[in-house]
This record gives sequence, structure tokens and C-alpha cells, in this order.
Amino acid sequence: MGKTMEQVDEVVIRFAGDSGDGMQLTGGRFTESTAIVGNDLSTLPDFPAEIRAPAGSLAGVSAFQIKFSSRDIHTPGDKPDVLVAMNPAALKVHQKEVAPGGTIICNENAFTPKNLKLAGYETNPLEDKTLDDYYRLYSIEMSKMVSLANKDLEISPKIIDRTKNLFALGLLFWIYDRSLESTKKWLGVKFAKKPEIIEANIRAMDAGYNYGETTEIFTTRYKVDKADLPAGTYRNVVGNYALSMGLAAAAERSKLGLFYGGYPITPASDILHTLAAWKHLGIKTFQAEDEIAGITSILGAAFTGNLGITATSGPGIALKGEAMGLAVMAELPIVIINVQRGGPSTGLPTKTEQSDLMQAMYGRNGEAPIPVLASSTPGDCFFAAYEACRIAVKYMTPVILLTDGYLANGSEPWQVPKVDDLPDFEVSFADESNLADGQFLAYSRDKKTLARPWAIPGTPGLEHRIGGIETEDLTGNVSYDPDNHQYMVETRAKKVDAITNEIGPSEVFGNKSGDLLILSWGGTKGACRSATEALKADGKKVSHLHLRWINPFPKDLGENLIKFKNILIPEINYGQLIKIIRAEFLVDAKGLNQVRGKPISSLDIQDAANKLIG
Amino acid sequence: MPETVKTYTKKDFTSDQAVRWCPGCGDYAVLAQTQKVFPDLGVDKEKFVFISGIGCSSRFPYYMDTYGFHTIHGRAPAIASGVKLANPDLSVWVVTGDGDGLSIGGNHTIHLLRRNLDINVMLFNNRIYGLTKGQYSPTSEVGKITKSTPMGSLDRPFNPLTVALGAGATFVSRTIDKELKHMQSMIKRSHGHKGTSFMEIYQNCNIFNDGAFLAQTDKDQKAETVLILENGQPMIFGKENNKGVRLDGNKPVIVDIGDKWSVDDILVHDESDYVIASLLSNMTYQTDFPDPIGVLYAVETETYEETMVAQINEAIKKKPKGNVQEIINAGDTWVVK
Repeated sequence: MGKTMEQVDEVVIRFAGDSGDGMQLTGGRFTESTAIVGNDLSTLPDFPAEIRAPAGSLAGVSAFQIKFSSRDIHTPGDKPDVLVAMNPAALKVHQKEVAPGGTIICNENAFTPKNLKLAGYETNPLEDKTLDDYYRLYSIEMSKMVSLANKDLEISPKIIDRTKNLFALGLLFWIYDRSLESTKKWLGVKFAKKPEIIEANIRAMDAGYNYGETTEIFTTRYKVDKADLPAGTYRNVVGNYALSMGLAAAAERSKLGLFYGGYPITPASDILHTLAAWKHLGIKTFQAEDEIAGITSILGAAFTGNLGITATSGPGIALKGEAMGLAVMAELPIVIINVQRGGPSTGLPTKTEQSDLMQAMYGRNGEAPIPVLASSTPGDCFFAAYEACRIAVKYMTPVILLTDGYLANGSEPWQVPKVDDLPDFEVSFADESNLADGQFLAYSRDKKTLARPWAIPGTPGLEHRIGGIETEDLTGNVSYDPDNHQYMVETRAKKVDAITNEIGPSEVFGNKSGDLLILSWGGTKGACRSATEALKADGKKVSHLHLRWINPFPKDLGENLIKFKNILIPEINYGQLIKIIRAEFLVDAKGLNQVRGKPISSLDIQDAANKLIG
Repeated sequence: MPETVKTYTKKDFTSDQAVRWCPGCGDYAVLAQTQKVFPDLGVDKEKFVFISGIGCSSRFPYYMDTYGFHTIHGRAPAIASGVKLANPDLSVWVVTGDGDGLSIGGNHTIHLLRRNLDINVMLFNNRIYGLTKGQYSPTSEVGKITKSTPMGSLDRPFNPLTVALGAGATFVSRTIDKELKHMQSMIKRSHGHKGTSFMEIYQNCNIFNDGAFLAQTDKDQKAETVLILENGQPMIFGKENNKGVRLDGNKPVIVDIGDKWSVDDILVHDESDYVIASLLSNMTYQTDFPDPIGVLYAVETETYEETMVAQINEAIKKKPKGNVQEIINAGDTWVVK
């Protein structure tokens, strides 16, 4: 054929189009096929809050970015090497971020005068040569070709046009040497009841693949070797799905009933959807009338001996504050998941942010400490969810698990864990053996964990009352006694502090001392690790420490911090962890704070590091 | 429900906590009747759970020697829903008030009623905010002079019974704190109903709204101002039992039984008739009509928890022995050697 195969280490592709163009689906299929060939990968969906913004508008552009590599990677990439732009608006929004010399592939048929005007173009960028000096531009009549490929099918031209994303996908499959089989199989399942839709999509995909194979314009294909990942079985996993599996695993290992109560909110709703589909595991899901009923229903379920879970985001977490305080006072195990999004108020519902850390730590009336942990990658959401449940039950406390929009919708290859290998999760409810001289003391405590007994309705002899009024030590009766209040406030705080015993020493990536420590929490882990690797490769004395637990901190955090001349804390907020670190350890940490609705790039972290240590 | 072997007395349901309502409060009567009736319900004591929100009445669970949870303002119905769904075998009771259940927690009340979980709601209506010392409530009459409304309240009141009927309640009743025997029978009826039972209790706050129900409780007046409902019986009241409710077209009117109208002309109560329940509920706040007490409406249909459990059982039947490992292993996987 005369086509060459070029070996490359890593590629970043961004698919962009109208909300209705199926970009998330296209990206998802490319991801699955990429996972199967064994590359390491990381993805970043980026879609508008509007379900269908006006067609062709800048506001309606939806995108999906994937980075795949033969090496171990930590982020979905910074500048795309390839941009697939299905219309002028998609080109307009994303073109500036394409790496110089990168490839841009456009659906020529969408560059109509109307769409050009909607995107704010005065002349057609595919024809006016403005892009040619910077990029390799491929203008392809995708709509026309899928129309021709499907002309003998008895389906409407409108539906046929919707298959153009599969054309683009087919072309990319050819360029990057991917098999079409898994997507064909997937289409067969997804449209099982509509064989003509399967046929149209397969024809579109084949047409795209063959277009790459036969036309003269593409001369090179690219091959990315398998990544050198640890041995094992892998699958691709999206954060919210991993998190849901972690919750289900916690219920299975603890033998507790799982009760999920929540109110739909972006980007947390997928957790409700996922759990609702697992009724065969005995999971109970309750779509409550509002956010408050979401959390209070799980408190009722926890009082009754279930593992109570709720998930929310943005304004939803504000509405749950009062009930979290009740959970602290009642000392009942619930897990509150906050899939953080841009704020304040409605903010940026579909965009990522890390700006609820302060609220998780302190956002309640009174002294109401709650353990807080954060997951760091989509796959880690599984383990973080399991750990949150385990700690909640062991310490009889609410636990807040922070994720974010990027983790929730992003994906990565995931080494399939064994449920049996997860940490022990044993639960014992109180029974008549807990009676002391015939009396049940609802607020007696385990000496080590300070947890109170979990006595559930239906247990004979243990009838007792709890409530949101300050509770008397041991009995749990209403108490307004000053000494008792002081004691109970201290005891609730000590109980949370005792969780440090569950947290191992903090792991420093790199040398234990040096010029700079990059300190991170949550979804910025990957970008911080990539930046650290690059800086180290440059000979800089830089290390990275990532925090899974923010409340409590690992015991040795302070001694690790003071071994570095500088500390840099990149966060997708206006400076939150940094305030806690400075207050707690009196170190002069510096922040890198971006609130652009996007993950921080490792390049920006490298720049900030270089400015600090020169 | 399994047969209970234990027998109880009122004392078994009395906790060791000192009751702290104001002397003379109507709440005492409700507590006493509940403790008196509960031994007769045939339920093991450990299966009772009382959930309350905030307000004077919400202290109720502390005084019952059962499982109890005094929670936060307005949220008792949602917390009780979690309790009932986690363990449908429990007998779950919500104690709330006009502020707790109809103002701050109005949303949870209506959604509990429409879902029809088998939970018993006791709404103490004193038409005032007592715990916060005397502001008007959502059931206070228009023009109520209180600390927060020195020139009189502006808002039109909620009628708890019409709210409950409008929300799709399957059981709606009313009783009065002074009518002890009647209250006992209403508590038993609530317990016996499968689905959410809604019981409004006229309750006198002798500190901040004394005499709010004087017309309905005063020995000399109550025969004329209260209509005691009995299923299948004509709606007759009055000192001489000579007044009745007659339908004039589709409007209820009060008539004297005697020359013009006989007992046969009087509307017969039918607890399963939504229209009758609706007519009765709307007699509240109308000076021309007596306030009906008793069961206005009672129909049985599937409860939320029954359907939830049925769905889970169906899913398990389709996919028996499901486990999380299976879900983790599903989908496209590949092996790295």
C-alpha cells in the first residue's frame, strides 16, 4: 500500500463536536479499544451543562480527550496531538490548544455558512489557509460519505447523518492500528433491537477505516506499544463506576445491607444509576425528594443497621450540612460522597474543581469533626470508597469522601482487584451481652477506637434513645452539663484523630529531602506526579507527597514537610489545603491555584516549581 | 407479623426520663394514651421505633421506652423512611408538630404520604410555635397576633387534613388531646393501617395559644362543634343529636333533623370515599361547620417497601448468587504478563 507504520511513545487525541454528535460515545469506544491493546491511558470528558445547547453554538461543544502511551502515565495529557473537530464551533473552541504541528481532522460538510457564522468565523478556516502553517489539516466530507455508504438502508437521512462520529472513529482506528471488532460487538448489544442502526453505524465505521486505508492523503499510521504495567488482568474503569463497585464490595465484605439515599445531581447521579441497577445484590436505592432527605434517610438506615451512603455535588453538599452534624452527634456510620464541581452556587455543574475541601473540613455548625479522604484516580475511587465505609463503621462516624468531576467521568486501565483480598471488614452489632447491670449504655466506648456500640432496633433489651441534643457520656441521655459538653466535644475530636492509626506513613515519591516538595490531594495527583518525574529528570531535587487522608493527616506528615526547602501545593481552588497545612505545621507553603474548570496541567506545575527553585 | 409471646403494661413503655413539658400541656395526654395502648398492639417492644424532629412534641421519643431518635427540624419523615426501608419489620412512628411537619418539613411529609410507607405519623397541631416561644405557625388562623406578627399574621393557614389528602395519603384521621378514649382508638387504627397513617391531634398549648380548641373541647360547646365520624353511620351531632350533614347537590349543609329532614337524608360516612373525606376535611376553619374527628379516609394499597422488596427479589431471582467480583470482572479485560 505504500503506507508506513511509525512507532510513537504517546499520543493525545481530542474528539470535539456538537453535544448531539456523540463525542463522549466516540471517545469511550476509542478508549475501550486502546485499553484492549494494552496501552496505559487516561481520559478526560468535557461536556456542557446543557443537555442540547443550540446546535452549532460554541456553548454546545462537547469534547473527550484521551492520552495513551507505552509508558506509565498519570494524566489525560496537556496539548492534543490530534483534534477531531466535527463542526466549526468545535474547531474554534479547541484549535488553540492543539500542539504546534499537530493534526486537525474536520468534517468538511459541517462547515456551512450558518455553522461558520454561529462559531464566529468570517471566512472558512478550512479554505482560508489560516491553519495550514501550524497544523496538518485534513478536511473530510464525513457526512457525505456516511450518507453514500448507507443510501440503500431504509432509515432517515437524519439518523444516517448521526453515524458520522463512527466514520471519524473508524478513521482513527485505522491511523492508530486498532481492531474494529470490540466496537462492532458493542454496537450489537447497544442497539440489539434496531438491526438497521447497527448496520448503519458499522458501515460508517468501516467507511472511515477504509478511507484511511485507501486514500492518498494519509501516508502514515502510528503504533503505540503496550505499556509496561504490572502483571495482572486489566479493564478500563470510569471513576463513578469504580466508586460504586467499592461501595458494593464494602457491603458484601461487611455483610451489611447497603442503603443509598440521594437526589439526582451532576456529576454524582451516575452513582445512583449504577447502584440502582444492582438490585440483585440486595442493594436498596432511594431517590429522595431532596438532598436533605437523601442524607437523612441514610441516617435512619444507619440507625437501623445498614451501611448508609449518599452522594452529591456542589450545592447539594451545602444542603446536607445540618444532617452531617446530627450524624456526628448521633455517632452513626454513614458515608457522604462529594463529587466536587465548579462553584459557588450552581457554578460549573459539569466541570471539575477541588473547592469544597474547607466545607468538608469545617462546614457545619458547632465543633463537628468528620474524617475526610479523597480519591486520587478514577480506579482509586474503588479503594477509597471501600476504605470510607470501613472507617465509618469501625469508628461509628460519618465519613466524607471527596472525588471530583474529572475523577468521576475520567477513566484509566485498572488492574482488576479481588474482593477477597480487600482489608477485613467485620461488624458486630450490640446484643444483650452489652448490658451493664441490666442497663444499656449507648454512649459507652471501645477503648481503642472510641467507637460507641451499634445497637439496632429489633434487638431485645437494648431499647434506647439518641438525638441531636448534647448527649450525656455513657447513657446518651439529654445533658446540658458544662463539663459533659466539654468532655463530649473533646471525645468526638479524639475519635477522629484516632483514625491516624489506620493510615500508614505518608509516602514520599523521590528523595526524603530536597529543594522542593510538591504536596497534593485528590485528582491532581497524576499531574503532580508527572511534573515531579519531569523535574527530577531535569536534575531538580524535587519530590512528591500525595495525601489520601486530609482529616486526620498521616502522623508523620509534619516531619516530612520540614525536610524540604520549599513546598508547592497545586489545587483546583483558591487555596484551601494550603491554609490547613500552614495553620497546622507553620510552614511557608506556596500555592498554585487554578479555577478554570479543568485539571491543572503538569506543565503549569513544572513552571510554578521552576519559579520557586529556579 | 409473628405472634408475640410477651405481655406488657404501660410501665414497660415508660422511660426513666423525667417528662419536661409545661404543666398542663396537651402533650401529656398523648404520651399517656400511647403508653396505655401500646401493650395491646401485639408487637414486641423492641420493634417499635419513634422518630421525631424538633419542637415540643418532638421530645416524645425520650419518654417512650422503645427505640427512639430525636433528629433535626422537619426531617423525621425522611429519617423514618430510612428506618422502615432498612428493616420493614419494624413498627415506625413519627411524632411531629404543625411547624415541624408542615412548615420546615412540609416537603418530607407530603412525599412520605405519596410513597405510602407503612409509617404512623402523629401530628400535634397546636397552631403555634411553642418551643421558640410563641410565633404563629402554618396552621394559625389569619390575623393571629403573635410576637412575630404584632399586627396580625398575613398568611392563610394550611389545613393538615386537606394537605394529607392532596398528597395521596391512604389514611387520614383526627383526634383531640382531651378525648382520651377516642385518641386511644385512633392510635389503634393508625397502627392497624397498612401504609402511611396520618393522624392530626388537636393539642392545646396552654402557654402560648391557650384555648385554641376551646370550642371543640369545652363540655358545654363540643357537642355542637365536633362531628364524631363513624364508618357506615350518618353524620349526626348536636346536644340533642338533632343536627346532621346533608348533601345539597355537591355542597355539604348542616340541617336540623326533625320536621323537614329525617336521619335518612343525612350523609352516611364512608371511609373509602375520597370525595367525602375531602368535604369533611374542608369543614376545618369554617365556623358554620363542626370539626370532624375520627377516620376521614382509609384505603389500602401496596406499600412502598413491599414493592421495593418485590423488585429486589425479582432481580435476585433473575440473577441468583450475584456478587461484586462478577461485576468487577465483567466487560472487556486484557492480561498483562
